[in-house]
Amino acid sequence: MSVAETTITRRVVERASRGEKTKDLLFRSVLLLCIGIAFLSLGALVFDVIRDGGSKLSLEFLTDFPSRVSPERSGIQSAIVGTLLLMALCAAFIVPVGVATAVYLEEYADRDRWWNRLIEVNIQNLAAVPSVVYGILGLAFIVRDPLALGRVLLAGALTLGLLVLPVVIIVAREAIRAVPPSIREGSMALGATQWQTIWKQVLPGALPGIATGVILALSRAIGETAPLLVIGAATFARFNPGDLTSDAFTALPLTIFRFISDSNTEFQSLGAAAILVLLALLVVMNTGAVFLRNRYEQKW
Amino acid sequence: MEATSSSVAGVRPSLTKERTSRRSGEQAIKGLLLFAALLSVLTTTGIVIALARETIDFFREVPIADYLFGTKWTPLAGGDQQSFGVLELVHNTLYLTGLGLLVAVPLGLGSALYLAEYASPRFRRIVKPILEVLAGVPTIVFGYFALSFVTPLLKDIGFDLGTFNALGAGIVLGILVLPTIATVADDALTSVPGSLREGAFGLGASKVQVSLRVIFPAALSGVVAALVLGASRAIGETVIILVAGGQAPEITWDPTEAMQSMAPFIAATSQSDIPAQSVEALTIFAVGATLFLMTLVLNLVAIRFVRRYRQVYE
Repeated sequence: MSVAETTITRRVVERASRGEKTKDLLFRSVLLLCIGIAFLSLGALVFDVIRDGGSKLSLEFLTDFPSRVSPERSGIQSAIVGTLLLMALCAAFIVPVGVATAVYLEEYADRDRWWNRLIEVNIQNLAAVPSVVYGILGLAFIVRDPLALGRVLLAGALTLGLLVLPVVIIVAREAIRAVPPSIREGSMALGATQWQTIWKQVLPGALPGIATGVILALSRAIGETAPLLVIGAATFARFNPGDLTSDAFTALPLTIFRFISDSNTEFQSLGAAAILVLLALLVVMNTGAVFLRNRYEQKW
Repeated sequence: MEATSSSVAGVRPSLTKERTSRRSGEQAIKGLLLFAALLSVLTTTGIVIALARETIDFFREVPIADYLFGTKWTPLAGGDQQSFGVLELVHNTLYLTGLGLLVAVPLGLGSALYLAEYASPRFRRIVKPILEVLAGVPTIVFGYFALSFVTPLLKDIGFDLGTFNALGAGIVLGILVLPTIATVADDALTSVPGSLREGAFGLGASKVQVSLRVIFPAALSGVVAALVLGASRAIGETVIILVAGGQAPEITWDPTEAMQSMAPFIAATSQSDIPAQSVEALTIFAVGATLFLMTLVLNLVAIRFVRRYRQVYE
């Protein structure tokens, strides 16, 4: 009798577990499918751009200026030059301001003071403001009065800089926080002032992390289209900006926008080719960030 | 007494406070750094002033009630046809966001659940960075993808679509916010302590039951934060809809129709040749203010939810 009982219970348990097993397998497959679909979209996106734009890539495409009428003779030199200048100016703005803010918040700010908490909450919120709103800010204060720069490179760089500043600040703060307190205490015990400690000990130690943050911020800025559209940057330029503060300028995303909005499919393919150039720049930047992180990151 | 409170936080201020004032210039540096930090506050103030100033000008010309409750948005049309009912834009924005979330929520949460509960560390190490790559693709590229791949694909399947339509734009919007939802939700799920899992397994629960009835509810506030962040990203998205969404003359519930939301309206209008102080140009600021308020509310909600799950488990 007891033998019969155990077989019954065992059977029940087995059946239950078999049911559970299929259920578990099913559930697991559905979840895996979700990741699969995400990957598939990324694959389709890359495939789509290469299919349409791959054959249009050539040296002439990189060095010619865009043309309104003939796609065969259209290139993206002004866009590439514009984007590179934009990124250089943007970096020159966000590195000092971002690092200074991060240093202040990590090393000086007393969290019991309301203004320091305000700054922190504010940065959190800024990180989530839609990019098109930064365009409005740039239009209202940088392009027009009080800065009144006009629709020039410097205005574009400042607008993008304000947009990505929270990224730099957040990553730089983490890098600074990762430098252990013992380093600071050791430095101060040897008689260094607080600023000497920060400049000679903390910042060098946090440098790889900060550099990674700057690259991340720039790789966000390089693809931004909306703010530049709103401040009125050109989507079409037959010349390079010769001057940071007086000439009109364009950038890669804007030229891409212009190309892919064209009803002529030849121009649309040029847009895909320009996208490939933009993605290549992004890959280079991100590889740089990964390299910096792996090569120079300090293990304390 | 002081020695007993010498945690990491306790030692540093006591060391620093005596040393800093010794050198002249130290205070000046601190002031300079504070000034840099205040720039972020200045940015917010600038955004608010820019939006408010011109929005007030706008409401001098257009009655607030017409703007808030009107359902026809044709600011660039001439004469009698001109109408400033923002509800149409709000409807379109929420509709497109809804379409996007319909795609992104199941896929994003599914991915997060797999990464958090099933994936091996090796799998995570490889898959998470790739998801982040997807998050780093510029939106103009997604716009092209919607226009040249997704919409034609939907047409092949049998949808009756024009070149510009809400469906293609909405689906791609979903792909755009998927990684945001997946990574934030994954953070929330992995921060649920292992003891909850072990306790549930100890009571005989199966893996599916543990995932869905224990871990998921335990991480709920973080998951909600992920959804809200995703929604806020979709609401503010410009270029995908600008490129692939098109423009519709009136409110529609049909996803195969063209549709323009708030952010792309701002971008499109600022590109057109209208005089800077005209009512038409001021719409940019009024719509911008509306969009800013909507995302601000969503972000505050998200921050609240994130803080909540952090407090519980850390």
